[in-house]
Amino acid sequence: MLGYIIQRLIQAALVMLAMSALVFVGVYAIGNPIDVLISPDATQDIRAAAIRHFGLDRPLHEQYLIFLGRLVQGDLGKSFVLNIPVLDLVLSRLPATLELALASVLIGVFIGIPLGIHAGYRPDSLFSRGVMAVSVLGFSVPTFWVGLILILTFAVNLDWLPAGNRGPTVELFGVGWSFLTWEGLQFLALPALNLSLFKLAMMIRLSRAGTREVMLSDTVKFARAAGLSEYTILHRHVLRLISIPLVTVFGLEFGSTLAFAVVTETIFSWPGVGKLIIDSITSLDRPVMVGYLVLVAFLFVTINLVVDLSYALLDPRLRRGGRAA
Amino acid sequence: MSALLEVQELRTHFFTRAGVVKAVERVSFALARGEILGLVGESGSGKTVTGFSLIGLVDPPGRIVSGSIRFDGHELVGLPTAEMRKLRGKRIAMVFQDPAATLNPVLTIGTQMMLAVQAHGGGSERAGRDLAARTLARVGIPEAASRLDAYPHEFSGGMRQRVAIATALLHGPELIIADEPTTALDVSIQAQILAEMKQLAKQSGTALIWISHDLATVSSLADRVMVMYAGRIVESGPVSTVLRSPLHPYTRGLLDSLPAMAKPGQKLNQIPGSTPSLLSLPPGCPFAPRCSRADVLCATDPPSVTLPGRLALCHHPLMAAA
Amino acid sequence: MISFWREYRENWIAVVALLVVAIVVSAALLAPWIAPQDPYDLAKLELADARKPPGHVGSGGYAHLLGTDAQGRDLFSAILYGLRISLQMGLAAGVLGMALGATLGILAAHRGGVVESAIMRVVDLQLSFPAILLALVLVAVLGQGKVPLVIALITAQYAYFARTAYGAASAERQKDYVEAAHATPLPGRRIVFRHILPNCMPPLIVVGTVQVANAIALEATLSFLGLGLPPTEPSLGMLIANGFQYMMNGRTWISVYPGIALIVLIISINLVGDQLRDQFNPRLRR
Repeated sequence: MLGYIIQRLIQAALVMLAMSALVFVGVYAIGNPIDVLISPDATQDIRAAAIRHFGLDRPLHEQYLIFLGRLVQGDLGKSFVLNIPVLDLVLSRLPATLELALASVLIGVFIGIPLGIHAGYRPDSLFSRGVMAVSVLGFSVPTFWVGLILILTFAVNLDWLPAGNRGPTVELFGVGWSFLTWEGLQFLALPALNLSLFKLAMMIRLSRAGTREVMLSDTVKFARAAGLSEYTILHRHVLRLISIPLVTVFGLEFGSTLAFAVVTETIFSWPGVGKLIIDSITSLDRPVMVGYLVLVAFLFVTINLVVDLSYALLDPRLRRGGRAA
Repeated sequence: MSALLEVQELRTHFFTRAGVVKAVERVSFALARGEILGLVGESGSGKTVTGFSLIGLVDPPGRIVSGSIRFDGHELVGLPTAEMRKLRGKRIAMVFQDPAATLNPVLTIGTQMMLAVQAHGGGSERAGRDLAARTLARVGIPEAASRLDAYPHEFSGGMRQRVAIATALLHGPELIIADEPTTALDVSIQAQILAEMKQLAKQSGTALIWISHDLATVSSLADRVMVMYAGRIVESGPVSTVLRSPLHPYTRGLLDSLPAMAKPGQKLNQIPGSTPSLLSLPPGCPFAPRCSRADVLCATDPPSVTLPGRLALCHHPLMAAA
Repeated sequence: MISFWREYRENWIAVVALLVVAIVVSAALLAPWIAPQDPYDLAKLELADARKPPGHVGSGGYAHLLGTDAQGRDLFSAILYGLRISLQMGLAAGVLGMALGATLGILAAHRGGVVESAIMRVVDLQLSFPAILLALVLVAVLGQGKVPLVIALITAQYAYFARTAYGAASAERQKDYVEAAHATPLPGRRIVFRHILPNCMPPLIVVGTVQVANAIALEATLSFLGLGLPPTEPSLGMLIANGFQYMMNGRTWISVYPGIALIVLIISINLVGDQLRDQFNPRLRR
C-alpha cells in the first residue's frame, strides 16, 4: 500500500511538471504582453526597461526555469496589472470559489444520488421519468443559460434571492465564508444551484444506472430473501455498491466544477478565482493566468490522487492487493 | 405430521414482449415439517421460479397468475408485501446458487448478518453479533466471532456458502429453499455441505426444498423427489422408489444419463432433443417430442397416474417396472 | 438505410428533434433571404429602435417579431445570423475534430507500441482536464476570431474522438479477420480503410453529433464570456451576453429569445444523437 502511494505521488509530480511546462509555453509563447502593459506612445527606452523588468527578454526556456524555480518556493510572480503577488491574489479569491464548488458538489451528491437511486429503483414511475428529463436538460443546456434563467426567475420575477455578488461573509480560520449566515446562504443559493446542475444530472444518471444494475443482482435478492426492508436494502446494500464509481466521478467532477465556476462566477459576479481568470485574460495579465492554471492543475492532480486512494478505502477487495484490478 | 406447506395448482407466468412464458404451470405438492424435498429438472424447467414463487420474490415481468400456497395454514398468494417480508428470513429462508454473487462484497460478513438479524426486530447490536457468531459456528466456521469483521472475498467459496447458509438459519426458519447451493462449489466441498445441511435440517426440524439439476445429489439427501419438466411436475414420490423404478419416461431418461447408473464401458444415454421453448409449448404432453413412447394420444393433456405416495404425468407410464 | 430510418421513425421524439434540426439549419442557411434586416449592416441600424419589445414596428416600417437589441438590431434577424455562426463553428469544430481525433485514435490502435502510449497518454490527460479551461486559455492566447475559436474548440474536443476511435479500432484489431488481413500481403493503409475505419464510423458519428452540440454550447459560453467572436459578428452567445445587462430591468427578450434558439438547437441535436447511439449499439437492440 505504501509503495502504491509513493508510486502515485511520483506520477502526480510528473504530471504537474508536464502541466506547468505546457501552461507556461502555451501562455507565454504567443502574443506580446508588453503591448498591453505599456502605452503605445512610450519611448523605446521605457519599453526595453519594462521588458527587462518583467524578464521578457530572456529565452523562453530560461524564463520557464526561473518560473519553475520560483514556483517550487511558492512564488508565482507578480500580477502585471495589479502589481501584487499572484499567489496572494489567487489565494485571496480561492475560498469563495471553493465554497461555491463545494456547495454545488454537495447539492449534486445529496440531491442527485437519492433522485438517481429512486429513478433506478422505479424506472417506470412518472416521477422517475421527470427526474430523467431534468437530467437530460442538465446535460445539454449550457451553464450560463441556466444561470440567466435562474436570475430571471428567482431574482427578477419572484425577487426571492439576490442575483449577484457574494453578500456578507463571516470570518472563520481567517477566511470569509458565506454559508455561516442566513443572508450569506441566500447569496450562495443561486450560484451554487447553477453550478451544481451538471453534477446533479451526472449523479442522477450514474446512480440510476448503478441502481438498476444492482437491483437485479443476487445480492439484492438474497437480502430480500432474508427479509430486509426495501429501505434497508437501498440504504445499506445498494448505496455502498454504487458508491465506488460515484466517488471517481465525484472527484473528477470536483475538478471540472472549479473550471465551470468561471462561467457561474461571471454571471453572478461571484468574487472567486474564476472571475479572476476571466479578468486576467481580458487584460492579458499572464502571471495571473499561469498562476491560476498551475493551481487548477495542482488541484486536479491532488483530487485524482485522493480519488485513487479512496478507492482502496471503499472497496475492501483492493485494500490488500494495493493496485486496482 | 401436519403439512407445513401446501401448494395447489400454482401458475407463475412471465409476460415478456415475445409472449407469455409459462415458467410454472399447475404445480401442486405438499411438504411436511422437517421433510427434505428434492426438486429436480434441467435449467429452464421452472424449478428456480417455483422456489422464488414460494418466497414471493418473482421479479417482473413475472407474477403468480393463480393457485394457492398455504404455509402453516396461511395463504401466501396475494399476501401484502409487508406481511410477506415478515415471513422471509424469519420463517421461510432461501439460499442461492453462487455465494460470490449473493454476499455484498463491500460489507463485512458481520454487517450483512446483522442486517438480516435486525430485519426481524433483532434487539441490541451485542445480541445480534452473538447470534451471528453462534450461527456461523453452527455451520462449521472456525473462530466465528473473529471472522465477523472479514469481507466475503477473504473467505473461500465453500466458506462463503456456509455464511449464506448461516444467514438463512439465523432466525431458525421452518422452511429453507436451497437453490442449487452447491453447484458453484468444488466437488469435495459439495459433499461436505450436503451432509451438513442434512444434519442441520434434521437437528432443527427445518423442512428443506433442495433445488438441483443433479438427481444424484438429491438422492443422497432428500426424502422425497419431484421432477420438473417445462414448468410442470412430471413425477414425484419417495426418493428410493422413484430412483429404482421411475414412472415417467423423462425421469428414466435423467437416470440413464447419470454416470453412476451406467455400467463401466457403457455409453451414457442422452435424452434426445432439447428442452422446449416455454413460449410455444406443443399441445398435450410437453415431453412428447423427445419421448420414445409417445403416440397420438400424447397430443392431449397427459393424465396423472397415481400410485400410493407417487404421481406421474403420463399417458404411457413405465408401469411394468413398478 | 431504409430499415435504419424505419427504426429511427419509431421514436417520435427523435423524429421531432430531427425535424427541428432540419428547420433550424435551413433557417440559418436561408438567413440572408428570410431575415427582414441585415444585422451586420450598421448603417441600417437606428438607435431610436433600440431595446424595443417584440412586435414593435420600427423605422424600417416592419414589425420586429422578437423585439430589438441595444443597438436597435432586429432580434429575429440577429438570431438567424447568429445561428449561422453557431452552426458554422459547431460543424467546423465537429468535423475537423473528428478528422484529427479519428486519425490519432486509429493510428494509436493500428501502430501500437510507443506511438500508442504517447498518443493515448496525452489524450487521457486531456480528457481529465475540463475542455472549457483549455478552450478558454487557447482563445486567450490566440486572440479573437473564427479561426482561433475553431482551433480552440478542436483542441478542446478532439480527445473524445480519439478515445472513441481508439476503442473501436483496438476492438476491431483483435478480431480474427483483421489479423488474417494482416497476414496477407496487403498494405496497412488498405487494412485501415477497408476494415478498421468502417467499423469505427458508427461510434464516431454518435460522438460527432453530440460533440457538434457541445461545440455550439462551448462557443456560446466563450462568446458569452466575451472571449469568442468579435462583436461585429455576434453569435448566439454574444447576443445573450449583450442582453444580460438589460434583463434586470425587465427587458428580458434580448437575452431570452437567442437563448431559446440556442437550447432548442442543442437539445434537438443531442436527442438525435441519443437515438443514433441507441440504434448503433447492438447491445441495446431488442
